[in-house]
Amino acid sequence: MINVKKIRKDFPMLKGKMQGHNLIYFDNASTTFKPQCVIDESSRYYQKVNANSHRGDYDLCYNMDQELWHAREVVAGFVNCEPREVVFTAGTSMSINMVAWGYGLKNLKAGDEILISESEHASNVLPWTKLVELTGAVVKKIPLDKEGRITLANVKKVISDKTKVVSLASVGNVLGHLIDVKGIAALAHEHGAVIHIDGAQSVPHMKTDFKDLDIDFLSFSGHKMCGPTGVGVLVGKYDLLDKMDPLLAGGGMNEKYDLCGAVEYLTPPSKFEAGTLNLAGILGLAKAIEYLESIGMDEINDYVIDLKKYCVEKLKDLDNVIVYNPHSECGIVTFNVKDVFSQDEATYLNSCGIAVRSGEHCAKTLNEFLKTPATCRASFYFYNTKEEIDQFVEVLKNGGNFLDAYFK
Amino acid sequence: MPTLSNDMMRAIIMDHSTNPSFKHEPVGDGYDKVHMHSDNCIDDIDVFLKIEGDKVVDACFTGRACAISTSSTDIMCSLIIDKSKEEALHIIDQYNKMIHEEDYDEEVLDEALAFQNTSKQAARIRCATIGWTAAQEMIKKD
Repeated sequence: MINVKKIRKDFPMLKGKMQGHNLIYFDNASTTFKPQCVIDESSRYYQKVNANSHRGDYDLCYNMDQELWHAREVVAGFVNCEPREVVFTAGTSMSINMVAWGYGLKNLKAGDEILISESEHASNVLPWTKLVELTGAVVKKIPLDKEGRITLANVKKVISDKTKVVSLASVGNVLGHLIDVKGIAALAHEHGAVIHIDGAQSVPHMKTDFKDLDIDFLSFSGHKMCGPTGVGVLVGKYDLLDKMDPLLAGGGMNEKYDLCGAVEYLTPPSKFEAGTLNLAGILGLAKAIEYLESIGMDEINDYVIDLKKYCVEKLKDLDNVIVYNPHSECGIVTFNVKDVFSQDEATYLNSCGIAVRSGEHCAKTLNEFLKTPATCRASFYFYNTKEEIDQFVEVLKNGGNFLDAYFK
Repeated sequence: MPTLSNDMMRAIIMDHSTNPSFKHEPVGDGYDKVHMHSDNCIDDIDVFLKIEGDKVVDACFTGRACAISTSSTDIMCSLIIDKSKEEALHIIDQYNKMIHEEDYDEEVLDEALAFQNTSKQAARIRCATIGWTAAQEMIKKD
């Protein structure tokens, strides 16, 4: 059972105000707030640990290497993979680009197919689009069912032996439907394809078992799960990582190189971690994971889904609000107020102290499906409350008078 | 112009956002065009200006924009048509001053005074100025 009153005290940002109101932060699918323990942990790096990794013979460096490995173990425990399968990146976008370039460019040729869906975030569309330009491979999009879901049946319609990569978000960032990762992974493997899962929206909310899902790659970001910005993870099956090319080359990832151009890289994960890592961010991410685990991932997921159901139920009473994803099993409510452009509504909510996202949410192909140029998105996390939702619904009753934002 | 009440300002913005007079493709030739896109909003508009000699003879816009962008761009068009380039630039300059809460000459802004509270919603400043910036760019380079 989540003790939200106690939890809220851990987050300094929740004490803030916006436009004179107590802040209601409903943009957690974009980024989450950080608990004090994460802030302190990143600060601890700068105050007590500050050294580079893998680069010194003195105690500070040795200690840093120990801490870095510990952080890898924490991440590995969190998603159930081997520590050596954990590559630290700058975030989900970088992780996906690593797969696209490191695996895709090396293995794909003209005519090969990459499967994504109509609802993917730009970061799981554009790396593949770019790869297509260079290889002559083709991107195919899995059609959505009438609720916006990616079903196994629809994957079967487009997958073939030409499919070499399947790359999907396990929870979409606009509608928030959870896909059958295990089923789709098995299908991909039957056709000889590898599967990458964009876990940016799912890993912060639910238990993720890399081994049990039997996926090949998993990407996620620290900042969407109470961790620092600028740090993320790519998990990859070790044998695939071993055969992949690094996206970045440079210091800290090579074993040797000579004047003739011969290069030998280190083994994964170091092979993919050129340059100095975001060490303060990595330590903060490990702390964020420990914090989430202390609350419990199942508890977090149940609580957030309950908030979403509560919100949808309350919004049903409002004739002026359209909800686009009432049934998706996540903490995202995508909506519009009738006859109000989403940006204008989000500004009105801002004037009432409520932070929501508006626009296309970096998923520009989805709006054709929704038949609206843009939507508002309220996304919850385990520190949000039903009282906040009550207030949000109350404000939306007057949502049509969006110019109140300027004339109150 | 007398001081506008809040209700009047609301009515002006609503009227120009729901029934913009200048949101249409240009008719005929001789138009310059600037495409404007906002990082924060999904405003995505083309602004067209026809300048003959020293005079702005026509202005219009097309595209997709929020209520604030649509109405402010529509009012901008109404204010600069049939003005000299110098007058048009002066109006745009005064409008920008108002938006950024500096001293400005309210005599030349007419209905554009409805946007005087935009700075209350800082994220919409770009929306309230997007069309004006496009026009300014075209007049200056003409």
